[in-house]
Amino acid sequence: MSTLVALARAEAYAAGRAQPIATVRHLHVHDRPFVLIPLAMAGEANAPLAAMLGTAHDDPHLLVVEQPRNRDERFAFAAELAARLVPYLESFAGETEAVAVDRGRDVRHRFVDAPQVWLPNTGGVDFLRLFGRSTRFRSVDGDYPVHPAVPLLGRWLTFLAGTSEVPGSSLLPNAVQALTLHWATGQSGAEDAHLGSLLAWIESGAAAARLAERGPVAGPATDPDFDNHVLAPLIANGDPALRTTLHELLLPTWDGMWRALALLRALPAGDRVGSRWDGDRDAYSAYVQHLAEDGAPQPRRDGAVAAAARLQRLENAAARYAVQRAFDDPLVMAEYRLAGAAFGGVVTLANPDRVDDTGKRPVLRPRIMVATTETVRVEPGASLTSPARPAQKAKVISVTATATGHDVLLELSGGMGRKLVAEPGSVSAVGESLLLTTLSEAYRPGAAFPDPSETPWTHGGPPVVVESVHADHE
Amino acid sequence: MSLDRLRGTTPAKRHNARTIAALTGNPGCSRRAVLDAAGIDKVKLATRIGFPGSFGQSRFALARGNAFEAMLKADDCALLRSVLDVGVVDYHDLGADSDDTLGARHGRTLSLLGSARPALVDHPLLTLEVAGQTVFLEPDLIAFQSEGRLRVVEIKSFAIVDGQADSAAVSGAAVQAAVYVLALRALLGDDRVSHEVVLVCPSNFSLQPVAVVLDVRKQLSTLRRQLSRLSSVSSLIAGLPSFVSFDLSLSPSDLISSLTAIEARYVPECLSSCEMSVYCRSEAAGSTAALGRSVRESLGGIEEVSTVLDLARGAVAPDPGQAEAAALLRQAARLRDEALP
Repeated sequence: MSTLVALARAEAYAAGRAQPIATVRHLHVHDRPFVLIPLAMAGEANAPLAAMLGTAHDDPHLLVVEQPRNRDERFAFAAELAARLVPYLESFAGETEAVAVDRGRDVRHRFVDAPQVWLPNTGGVDFLRLFGRSTRFRSVDGDYPVHPAVPLLGRWLTFLAGTSEVPGSSLLPNAVQALTLHWATGQSGAEDAHLGSLLAWIESGAAAARLAERGPVAGPATDPDFDNHVLAPLIANGDPALRTTLHELLLPTWDGMWRALALLRALPAGDRVGSRWDGDRDAYSAYVQHLAEDGAPQPRRDGAVAAAARLQRLENAAARYAVQRAFDDPLVMAEYRLAGAAFGGVVTLANPDRVDDTGKRPVLRPRIMVATTETVRVEPGASLTSPARPAQKAKVISVTATATGHDVLLELSGGMGRKLVAEPGSVSAVGESLLLTTLSEAYRPGAAFPDPSETPWTHGGPPVVVESVHADHE
Repeated sequence: MSLDRLRGTTPAKRHNARTIAALTGNPGCSRRAVLDAAGIDKVKLATRIGFPGSFGQSRFALARGNAFEAMLKADDCALLRSVLDVGVVDYHDLGADSDDTLGARHGRTLSLLGSARPALVDHPLLTLEVAGQTVFLEPDLIAFQSEGRLRVVEIKSFAIVDGQADSAAVSGAAVQAAVYVLALRALLGDDRVSHEVVLVCPSNFSLQPVAVVLDVRKQLSTLRRQLSRLSSVSSLIAGLPSFVSFDLSLSPSDLISSLTAIEARYVPECLSSCEMSVYCRSEAAGSTAALGRSVRESLGGIEEVSTVLDLARGAVAPDPGQAEAAALLRQAARLRDEALP
């Protein structure tokens, strides 16, 4: 945890209210989100008990499994969930837009919108991932047939759970993570995992949060006392009151989910949120295409090559997401300033017309001097950027200690037009306040991985048999 | 002061692998060490002083665990034998006749395990030195003996899906198994008991069992270290003031003043593992530790939230030891003010 966020927690404790740790919203919030609150049966391996779901606050739909240990009822639940969720997911596969690829030499199409499914917490994400695993290999014929929508639901859930691991993806966000990205409470991270308590810190304060802690949990696990004293007799007797009880249990979380969405919508979106949502639309479009063409379920485990490629994509996404958040939000950038990876200063000297003619042809290389009082942890030769001019590189020529801090001499390149005279405003003028950082939005090329059939022996060699799609009757 | 005197008239709560495993979670906490050593019922104590926690176990989870174990042990352990891949060996259940005395059962355990005959031994009665006392452990486990070496078999009902399981559940099971390994080694000697334990769990979404081998050497060394530290509990108890007592017939205010006499080390992780945590949390309010270990570290290790904020605002001069942390906090406060409208 950064010192800045830790300080915000201390301030929140003293104030008795959550404190902001972001000035803009860092994720896309859909106009028509699908909210899903799953509940699981304790002890069982991923047995659904109930779910509350829907796309409108005033229209929650409740699914209940009256005998959660009954396998048929479990798959009936999956079919009902599929009947609600899959049409929503597919409803965005309509209008497309053309995107230039390969430097404009080609175009591809992607859907203009994508679905967004909201869960209360990461426990809900894990539940859906396992539920996807338990349903995607099911067969629709044979000894234990399931409804045709069930394996399709499993594939969609597996896809969504996979995207939730990609930093910055907003196809399957969860309320706890989204809120804690923007607010710090005066309690620990472990206590923040309780959605009701977290919301109370933001909306009303510490005292309300303590009360909310004793309120209903947001799933997927239920409270043991509730299991023993309320749920067990209802299930044992096949009591029709089960539905009402579960409805009442889930309703506060349902309301909380929509309040969380409203809180997030009230924040202005960061500049780069849109481009990340573009990436989500790409992922969605590609998966719709996969389902249309081949439709094979995701393997139980990735092969060596696929796993390495996925890991690299995740690492790149994490790095890009960290930089983008810092560029979008001065409060996030402040963490890097505190660590010395960024500094703010004032331009004290500027030579905007400086031309370097030592090479084959003359190039425009203006120099500026920035005076700062902040920690500077950069070496001459380092390349810096400024969020105000992300296309421009600033090479550190020298760092000189002064009475009040440091003077940093920088040589600029890029983002100044094609002529030997800089476009007006493209070079910082004397007196301008400037923020410079070692973070860079530069494109990171993907590594080259061998074809799966060329998997080296160090990684198990080429896969021997392609895992066949079969239903495991368990 | 003796342990029994601390507990008063209330009967002692027996240690089990779970409570011993929990000791490794927060080893610096004297309060927990003393309460556990004296066998005090922490659930009742916390309720009595008005800070009840929620530490029940769902009966659905219990039922499934029992069903899974019963299935494995049915028909003379047919399924268990096949999943462990052991041939025709004897099965002895030492917990069958419960009117036995503990000492006699322990003696039978010792003679059976000492004989080095290949066998599955259920419910052996083990002993372990905890905080200078001999604690009887009645593990719900099977020790599988072959070629003169014993292996601990733990039956758990959480699922292993595609070779993966919930990491918290696995590490909990590993620590508990390590407690049994330690107790068995104390009984029979180090080289007779394997550091590899067998975990038997349901696989995927069925009740089909699967066995996996876990190496618990790391857990063993952690446990040994914690248990050796616990031996100092007796001296800690000896140094307590005479009014300290956890007799549940005392008034809540007396109980609380007894608790205050023993230092606790609250961290948020206690909330999921210790029955006293709700009380300790309220006691620790205002400390940076209550916000989490990482928060405290990021704030330069300063103990009180109020000190942190005073230093950040420059309201107080830092102690020499706090100078570096104070500079960082002032800088952080300045950056926060600058970025927030």
